[in-house]
Amino acid sequence: MAQANRPLSPHLQVYRWGAHMMASIMHRATGMALAVGSIILTWWLFALASGPEYFAVVQACLSSLFGRLVLFGITFALMQHLASGIRHLFMDAGKLYDLKINSLTARLTFVFSILATIGIWVAAYKILGGL
Amino acid sequence: MSDLRTPLAKVRGLGSAKGGTHHWMMQKVTALANIPLVLFVVVSFVGNVGKSHADWVAWFKQPLAAVIMILFVLNTMHHLRLGLQVAVEDYVPSHGNRTLVITLINFVVAILAVLSVFSILRIAFGG
Repeated sequence: MAQANRPLSPHLQVYRWGAHMMASIMHRATGMALAVGSIILTWWLFALASGPEYFAVVQACLSSLFGRLVLFGITFALMQHLASGIRHLFMDAGKLYDLKINSLTARLTFVFSILATIGIWVAAYKILGGL
Repeated sequence: MSDLRTPLAKVRGLGSAKGGTHHWMMQKVTALANIPLVLFVVVSFVGNVGKSHADWVAWFKQPLAAVIMILFVLNTMHHLRLGLQVAVEDYVPSHGNRTLVITLINFVVAILAVLSVFSILRIAFGG
């Protein structure tokens, strides 16, 4: 195979870390996490369609401590992927390539995702009557 | 020269000629559509958190809710199928394994999408 001797591009560890790099890596990582989230969504929809007994089992799993941790992670992944995805749409249109703006918007995606995740969970706990 | 076939003949049918941008465009179109859909789903799910089975079923029986949920499922499944394919193309070096993994992802996503849509319809139309 010709592939064996092909030159490799330098891997992650040779670069100095920056917000833009973190945002790019997190975009892919959160995308993969959300793929797992889609399995959970399908499982939950299937449970809801199956009837009250199985729905109660799935709700118990998802509302356990581990279940809540997973859902919290998925909430963050969704908000980060959303913010970063919108930033990518602007970059696809040729905007945000100025280095300072690029770095600033990369940071802003994290500010948004952290605040949105906390906001969503505070709202959810308030509706549940837990806060 | 042991091979009489021209380089052009070899690549015919293998390349992305005229189709190379379709994957990328669909990734962007589904991303754009996902923005309002995700916002709807997040607001709805937070608003209904902790509801009973009967209450959730009643929520899904609203035509608008069921239709938007189906759009959400189909759009996100399409979007993640495209995204996972790019990740596999980047990280799986062997051509044969790459094709196999992408094919398996397509199978799994098709099953998830149909199972989700069937579930939503069953809830919405069920007695």
